[in-house]
Amino acid sequence: MTPRDYLQLALFLGILALASPPLGRYIHRVLEGGRTWLHPLLGPVERLIYAAAGVDPTRDHTWQRYAACVLGFTLAGFCLTFGVLMFQDVLPLNPQGFPAPSWDLALNTAVSFVTNTNWQAYGGEATMSHLSQMVALTYQNFVSAAVGIAVCMAVVRGVARAEAQGLGNFWTDLVRANLYVLLPLCVVGALALVSQGMVQTFAASFTALTPEGATQTIAVGPVASQVIIKMLGTNGGGFFNANGAHPFENPTAVSNFIQMLAIFLLPSALVFTLGTAVRRPRHAWTVWGVMAGVFLAGALLIAHFEYRGTPAMAQAVAAGSPATSVAAPGVTSPPAPASMPASTPSSVPNMEGKEVRFGIFSSALFATITTDASCGAVNAMHDSLTPIGGLVALVNMQLGEIIFGGVGSGLYGMVLFIILTVFLAGLMVGRTPDYLGKRIEGREVTWSVAALLLPAMPLLGFTALSAVGWGPEALANAGAHGFSELLYAYTSASQNNGSAFGGLTVNSPAFNLTTAAAMLIGRFGVMLPMLVVAGSLAARRPRPITDASFPVEGGTFALLLTSVIIIVGALTYLPALSLGPIVEHLQMLEGLLF
Amino acid sequence: MKRNRTQSHAPSMYRRATADAFRKLNPRLLARNPVMFVVGAGSLLTTVAFLHDLVLHGWSARAAFGGQISLWLWATVLFANFAEALAEGRGKAQADTLRNARRDTPAFRLRDGGTTEEVSASALVPADLVVVEAGQVIPADGTVVEGAAAVDESAITGESAPVVRESGGDRSAVTGGTTVLSDRLVIRVTQEPGKSFLDRMIALVEGAERQKTPNEIALNILLAGLTIVFLLAVVTLKPFALFHGVNVGVVVLIALLVCLIPTTIGGLLAAIGIAGMDRLLRRNVLAMSGRAVEAAGDVDVLLLDKTGTITLGNRMAADFMPLPGVERAAMIRAALQASSGDETPEGRSIVDLARAQGGEATLPASPGEVQRIPFTAQTRMSGIDLPDEQLRKGATDAVLAWADSLGLPGIAERRAEAQRLADVIATDGGTPLVVASTKVGVLGVIHLKDVVKPGMRDRFERIRAMGIRTVMITGDNRLTAKAIAAEAGVDDYLAEAKPEDKLHLIVDMQKGGRLVAMSGDGTNDAPALAQSDVGLVMNTGTQAAREAGNMIDLDSDPTKLIEIVEIGKQLLITRGALTTFSVANDVAKYFAIIPAIFVASLPQLGALDVMGLTSPESAVLSAVIFNALIIVALIPLALRGVRYRPRSTAHALRTNLLVYGLGGLVAPFVGIKCIDLLITALGLV
Repeated sequence: MTPRDYLQLALFLGILALASPPLGRYIHRVLEGGRTWLHPLLGPVERLIYAAAGVDPTRDHTWQRYAACVLGFTLAGFCLTFGVLMFQDVLPLNPQGFPAPSWDLALNTAVSFVTNTNWQAYGGEATMSHLSQMVALTYQNFVSAAVGIAVCMAVVRGVARAEAQGLGNFWTDLVRANLYVLLPLCVVGALALVSQGMVQTFAASFTALTPEGATQTIAVGPVASQVIIKMLGTNGGGFFNANGAHPFENPTAVSNFIQMLAIFLLPSALVFTLGTAVRRPRHAWTVWGVMAGVFLAGALLIAHFEYRGTPAMAQAVAAGSPATSVAAPGVTSPPAPASMPASTPSSVPNMEGKEVRFGIFSSALFATITTDASCGAVNAMHDSLTPIGGLVALVNMQLGEIIFGGVGSGLYGMVLFIILTVFLAGLMVGRTPDYLGKRIEGREVTWSVAALLLPAMPLLGFTALSAVGWGPEALANAGAHGFSELLYAYTSASQNNGSAFGGLTVNSPAFNLTTAAAMLIGRFGVMLPMLVVAGSLAARRPRPITDASFPVEGGTFALLLTSVIIIVGALTYLPALSLGPIVEHLQMLEGLLF
Repeated sequence: MKRNRTQSHAPSMYRRATADAFRKLNPRLLARNPVMFVVGAGSLLTTVAFLHDLVLHGWSARAAFGGQISLWLWATVLFANFAEALAEGRGKAQADTLRNARRDTPAFRLRDGGTTEEVSASALVPADLVVVEAGQVIPADGTVVEGAAAVDESAITGESAPVVRESGGDRSAVTGGTTVLSDRLVIRVTQEPGKSFLDRMIALVEGAERQKTPNEIALNILLAGLTIVFLLAVVTLKPFALFHGVNVGVVVLIALLVCLIPTTIGGLLAAIGIAGMDRLLRRNVLAMSGRAVEAAGDVDVLLLDKTGTITLGNRMAADFMPLPGVERAAMIRAALQASSGDETPEGRSIVDLARAQGGEATLPASPGEVQRIPFTAQTRMSGIDLPDEQLRKGATDAVLAWADSLGLPGIAERRAEAQRLADVIATDGGTPLVVASTKVGVLGVIHLKDVVKPGMRDRFERIRAMGIRTVMITGDNRLTAKAIAAEAGVDDYLAEAKPEDKLHLIVDMQKGGRLVAMSGDGTNDAPALAQSDVGLVMNTGTQAAREAGNMIDLDSDPTKLIEIVEIGKQLLITRGALTTFSVANDVAKYFAIIPAIFVASLPQLGALDVMGLTSPESAVLSAVIFNALIIVALIPLALRGVRYRPRSTAHALRTNLLVYGLGGLVAPFVGIKCIDLLITALGLV
């Protein structure tokens, strides 16, 4: 890594650390109905929405009611998206005249967008009409993120409230998250991106004359406004198929930096929303520190192994032939022009599948961020990462998308791990475990374990079934790398990440239906149990927090929480990982390639 | 003298536990422990695989491997059963002793006419009146309604010194199975047939009524959840391997599963809980439920009665303070005379102190000339009437009023001076006792002092280190209470407390989310005992109090509350430490088994074999053997409990994490390697 890389990393974490606490406090304020300087402008809009929808904003929902609202709203969103996709050929705003996708693809896509996964089994600009893009990308990008924020806030209230029945009002949370959080941030962010030369137009395409004299149709559109919500909402579904690697979707190093910040901004700020709600800023910093620590470890690991490249590349460079032609018989992306220093043949940076304008580090950093948060946008080909690079990306997702994680889902997922940590180790201080004074008993443990177990089921289950079933024929690569591709696909779906490893043809009924099931279980298998936990915690009478309480702030707890996250995550997935990226890495060292 | 309650290392106990370990293989019993049930099912499967192999292919290296794995898996279940049986064994031995005391004794039931009829003790019903003479066994639990007697309660408490039981007051409860040594008692039966204290005690120590505590239930759920997670990880490994063209055998997969699921804590969890109750029992405390022991560890506030718990129980004379103009010797003599017939502890302490300070007093030889005036609640003073003089000592206002009535000169100044001295004493936490005579009027003030039991300050220091607040409850006035609280080192006090104040205090604290422990013995205490989270009742207490509490101290030592809290904490820490150890163990087992499974077809995975084990078979077998033996190795720790030292929470957490977390991570690497070397040397694989 170069000094510039360290500088970028420090700058990134520094800005995140500075921006998150005030934003977190702001989110707490608006979601709890407090007034801000935006209210004179947006307050009437908010009231209008409630009046139009017939919502009583003062009503407090029990966890059951809250969950029912989440499910009802999501189901409605699913029906809308599925309907629009199935009838896009007859619906307006279809200038290219795209036919309707197959029902399984439409189902998969609708599930993908309502679950904030943005797994794309289709090629964006070549399959979907403008109306489909607007409903799927624009509308769902906003509301699925807002649902995440709402449920996160309900869980935060569960921890913070004492002897309460309710967890807040889902409808007001949803509306306020959209109006006061996502919308203003999007406006500012989109303008910043446009300043970097990102495209923002209602035109569909223009024609250019290439240097060779051929004419080329270049797709454009309202990119900047889409990109900012895809990042802020940790959605990840790209306007273009090439996602963040496309020059119009990510023109410069600065736009790349802004996008990376946008991915982590809300999940990071929500940690401080929790800290504000429970009036324990030190607890928030501890949790944030754990997230930042695991993130840093991942980023440094990927960067290290990407800089080191593979022995095959080093040999190829030494022999003077282009590395990629030797290294990748099964690579699906076009080899990027490599600008590698030829000085040390023993270690050649792995530029395969990366954009030259970002280089190794910005690509490694982006890959870490997009898999830590359940974003799934990419600015490089994950399939072309070194095995350890791919391993880190996989592990980041398998930990449960809690290293900052998805908008909202990251924090409530982290609360699940905090509860498990408190329960596992809390007894060691000689008291029955409690989290911030709330006793952790059978009910909390049952549903926390369910939230841990449910995403693992489709992840491991479908990988296993596909490995002996529909998987091999869809694979471009054999052996360990092929296995990693399958594992990555189901990991990405089950953890609602949405990024693709590539190298896998996923638009088939088998993949569409199983990944859709995985996305649903991964989303609601965590969300609903955590709402039960929140309901149970809210009703508890807190015991006072004293010196004898299990400390949930400070270094010891940070270390403990990190260990539980790593051990519980690693122990579940280590067998699978050892047959994928780990063995691939070891084989690579012996010169065996796929 | 204390009888040794349990011989923990008696060979008979091990024999019994071993037999029980096999008996507990019963699937219905095993199903209560999800982790061990999975191990049991796995053992059965590997055994079937082994037999299948043996029948089809005869004896081979493969069969030998399968056979050994099956053997060690069964051993894992048996070791866990053994741990539980051993923990139960101590209670069972105790129950046997108690059963001997529950012989069906004859009872003499009092009939309306005042005559008695002999009936069987089991025929007694509540409200029956029975007569028990010296040398007879009390046939049922009850309340003494007539008489007083020395009772030998050693059958229950193990304490051979007899105790006094008498009608009225807080010493009226008697327990069936104990023996009257002297005198005669009439007892009203309070128990339903077959539900005596002894019956309950037998059931409790035997563990027949053992129910899982809330925390144990939650932990069981977590362990079951982890078991499912690992089941998923292992089951999916089969198709994963098939993708790579590797067919993994069922024996190896089951071995991996058993190594990964939390067998260590799963096997020892029940034993830890039973051992916790047993540790209480060995300190002569009977917990009515495991929940009470767990709550003891959680206690935030200890309510302690001043008298008998913090102080020795009786005020002792500490100083004589004569008024100006009164000779010290004269005052001492007057105090000595006024107390000469006083058999109360205070009176005796005045006599002792006066003698120690050279006081002498002679009383007229003929008893007829001396009239002793006993203390009553109305007069609030006592004294003596001599032929030529009357002497009084007692509460300040009472004695001063009496002195006023004598009409001696200069009374006003003396009165003011006496009042001043009394206030000084009260401020200091003492009790003033004014002495006056008909000849002189007010002579001076005796300083009676509460004596704080030795070592209390240190104990409260320890309790504070655990993060627990102590509150002293006393009927004394605020000044006195404050001074004693400061001397004893308690955090807070409740002065001028009436029984209902105690109840209100507990309710208030519980509203704030605190758990409260208290001890008590009187009927007055019953509501507060019932309301508290841990209510420790003295065995000498009334029947009502014994019903209200959830722990009974057979030694009737209220300071034991502190030990009980420590035992509760120790139980929870032991549970947490072994859970952490068990989960941390898994890392090493992965590194042993995963490379072993795949090294033949994916040789590069051999790099994960950081322990450098001899062969794939020895690796798997070593992991399984380690997994089984670690249960045995930790049985003593589970039964004895992790050593508990009161210290700051953060410090305790760091130490335990280092020992059981890091230790749990490292220990199996060393252990598995050693076992691997050993079984290789023995040629077992």
